[in-house]
Amino acid sequence: MEVRLTVNGRERGAEIDPRAALLDLLRDQFGLTGAKRGCERGECGACTVLVDGRPTLSCLMLAVASGGRSVTTIEGLAEGDRLHPLQQAFIDHDALQCGFCTPGQILAAVACLAAGRANTDDEVREWMSGNLCRCAAYPQIVAAVRAVAAAR
Amino acid sequence: MTIGAPLPRQDAAVKVTGAAQYVGDLEVPGALEGVFVVSAVAAGRIRSIDRADALTVPGVVSIFGPGQLGVTGPIEHWAAGQASMPMTDAEIRYEGQPVALVLATTGIAAREAAARLVVTIDPLPHQSSFAASLDLGIEIKDWAPTSTAVGSVADGLAAAEVTITARYRTADRHHVALEPSAVVARWVDGGIDLWTSTQWVFGVRAAMAQMFSLPPDKVRVRSGYVGGGFGAKGSTWPHEFLAVAASRAVAAPVRIVLPRSQTFTLHGYQPATVQELTLGARNDGTLTAIRHESWNAASVADDYVEHGSLGSRTMYACPNIETRDRIVRLNRPQPTFMRAPHEGPGMVGLEIAMDELADRLDMDPVELRIRNYARHDPTSGKPFSSKALDQCYRLGAERFGWARRSPVPAAWGPGGVRIGMGMASALMSTFRFGASARVTLERDGSTLVETGAHEIGTGVRTILPQIAADALGLPIERVRVSLGDTTLPEAGGTFGSATTLSVGSAVRIAAVKLKERLETLAGEPGLEPREYAEVLALHRLERVSEEGTWAPTREEGAYAMNAYGAVFVEVAVAPHDPVPRVTRCVGAFSVGRIINPRTARSQVIGGMIWGLGQALLEDSRLDPALGRFVAKGFGSYQIPVNADVPAVDAIFADEFDPHASPIGARGVGEIGTIGVGAAVANAVFNATGVRVRDLPIRVESLLQP
Repeated sequence: MEVRLTVNGRERGAEIDPRAALLDLLRDQFGLTGAKRGCERGECGACTVLVDGRPTLSCLMLAVASGGRSVTTIEGLAEGDRLHPLQQAFIDHDALQCGFCTPGQILAAVACLAAGRANTDDEVREWMSGNLCRCAAYPQIVAAVRAVAAAR
Repeated sequence: MTIGAPLPRQDAAVKVTGAAQYVGDLEVPGALEGVFVVSAVAAGRIRSIDRADALTVPGVVSIFGPGQLGVTGPIEHWAAGQASMPMTDAEIRYEGQPVALVLATTGIAAREAAARLVVTIDPLPHQSSFAASLDLGIEIKDWAPTSTAVGSVADGLAAAEVTITARYRTADRHHVALEPSAVVARWVDGGIDLWTSTQWVFGVRAAMAQMFSLPPDKVRVRSGYVGGGFGAKGSTWPHEFLAVAASRAVAAPVRIVLPRSQTFTLHGYQPATVQELTLGARNDGTLTAIRHESWNAASVADDYVEHGSLGSRTMYACPNIETRDRIVRLNRPQPTFMRAPHEGPGMVGLEIAMDELADRLDMDPVELRIRNYARHDPTSGKPFSSKALDQCYRLGAERFGWARRSPVPAAWGPGGVRIGMGMASALMSTFRFGASARVTLERDGSTLVETGAHEIGTGVRTILPQIAADALGLPIERVRVSLGDTTLPEAGGTFGSATTLSVGSAVRIAAVKLKERLETLAGEPGLEPREYAEVLALHRLERVSEEGTWAPTREEGAYAMNAYGAVFVEVAVAPHDPVPRVTRCVGAFSVGRIINPRTARSQVIGGMIWGLGQALLEDSRLDPALGRFVAKGFGSYQIPVNADVPAVDAIFADEFDPHASPIGARGVGEIGTIGVGAAVANAVFNATGVRVRDLPIRVESLLQP
């Protein structure tokens, strides 16, 4: 079956397997491998993308359900060579180690800021708790999100 | 000076933009996707495999059962995580053992076909319960002695005025790196071209060469970016061998990305331990005897010793120390090293016991440890290469505010909430390996460091260029690094907290040789970096390259080497909802010279959060009736999430270890995980008066009858 959606501002269409998750579509057909497959059941957050601006676990959303929607992945966050402030803040605060969870963390953080839920460290900790980091860069992630919130 | 500068990660930009490629991200034209079907029982024999339904799934190419991949087991090799090789016979030796491999053109098809495959197994009786089987414990030959004795513990106890004897337990725990292990295997031209998420490309190459009877130069192994390893990717595991065998069988590239559930059984885990500690001391706190016996759960098919008593051999000055480590063979998947092995579980026992002793003596726990401070290794008699643990006790206590601690348990806290403070020492023996590196300077001043180490999140991609830039006097921006490929100079595995000290030393040696070569070409010493290009141009050279090799020397073997730390923890426990919550955590560490304080700090803070997981959350329950790890995902195996993590602070002692490595470094990667578990338990005692000896600490541990 066919699905048409907007990915990182660009209209795209694909012939998909009806069993495919949005994550499969992004990774296997569009080559957008920034969204990671960490658990395949919505427990780790590594596949987080924005769907119509909302943080979404792309492993749990059927690709067909993304039809007509607008999806933002980590590859679409920077404007040209200019990093999104959160991407820069993750670098500045060393909020990553192995990097595997990082795309999901950053997109969850984008949503955290957009929702106005970065007013205290505890608020950020709570919001960001759906995104696991086994390297445990958690304090640095909180610092990065708070720094961007403070600059706004 | 670039060494010691808190430089940002060189790989940060590719990681925040999604450009960093992990093995599962590689585009591999024509690759078949592989999915294992695994045994749900702990022991048995495969009776039949019915493929009919699975073969109806469009896209399925092949389904292999036992004996059909052309591999025979076991594989006896130092780089293999386990000797026993699944898919070679019909025997089931542990739960989670692969019994079939489905290959399909898409992952979706392979997963569906795997789910439709009907495997019938006749179960056999099994023994899986560790708690019920300690009397089966045996000593085996291993890389370190499993028993040691110095002096006489019996004499030491006779001389003691106070003794403590108790049993301590740590749980089965899983690495659960966020990147599930992944492999892309190509059997080409009678050789192997392998991408695999490994911490040790040269180990994989050696094991593959033996398994497939190939010369090592017919095996190329690359790792790409590795999404966390923590030991699970340190050895070569069956899924990697079987992917290669499958590629050979179907003459196509084969990719296997383990589903999360299989990461719990297919590449090891940290086994549960039981530790029995006896301490004897005089009333002034002087230790007269330490006996530490440790048992760990192991597999029937393989050996793995969690050397739980290792730390007790060297931690405290004591004339009488006896230690023994035993394994208990059970129908379980094979355990393996996990950040931090040996002392990670082992120091839990010793350091809670020390807290019990301090309480009995009515003595400050820090003072007790300083009273027994080891100036040389008490078991081997060797001097320490360098040790700044005394600094750590002082710095950590000051930063934490240890002086405010009330020695009386359950003494204080607002609104009925009990606040407690606890501390523990941390120790991890220093592991070192030989390593080689090549440093190449181009005429335009750009410099490349090449070595077969790995980027797994530790910071090595930044640290190695720092070392080269420092030796050559170049700005860090001019130095790049290439890693994770067996065509590069050989390095050991990125594990054991050993990469910076070992590979970093090789890089330094190569860079110093390169500088000397340039000076020879110039005919003058003291060449300025801005003159490098001129020298190359004069000699019509586009580039100069030097290799450096470093290996531990016999002279250095005269020293005992350990990383150390002092960990301080504050907990809050509410009276009617006694879930212990850590509110503050400070660690001070003695790890030799710090090459990059920013990445080092992230390493030890991450490690301390691992310690919080050990203390409060991580507990993989094995159902003794089924012989099966119950948890197979993050929903049931809990690791710390952001909201679990309090204020965590880390500081480093100012230190240069002249014997551990030419760059003055020891190991940073794992020491942070050690000590936290005991410190939390000790803080809980201080908060509540309840002595907990089993980790993780559960709410039921603190519910008063």
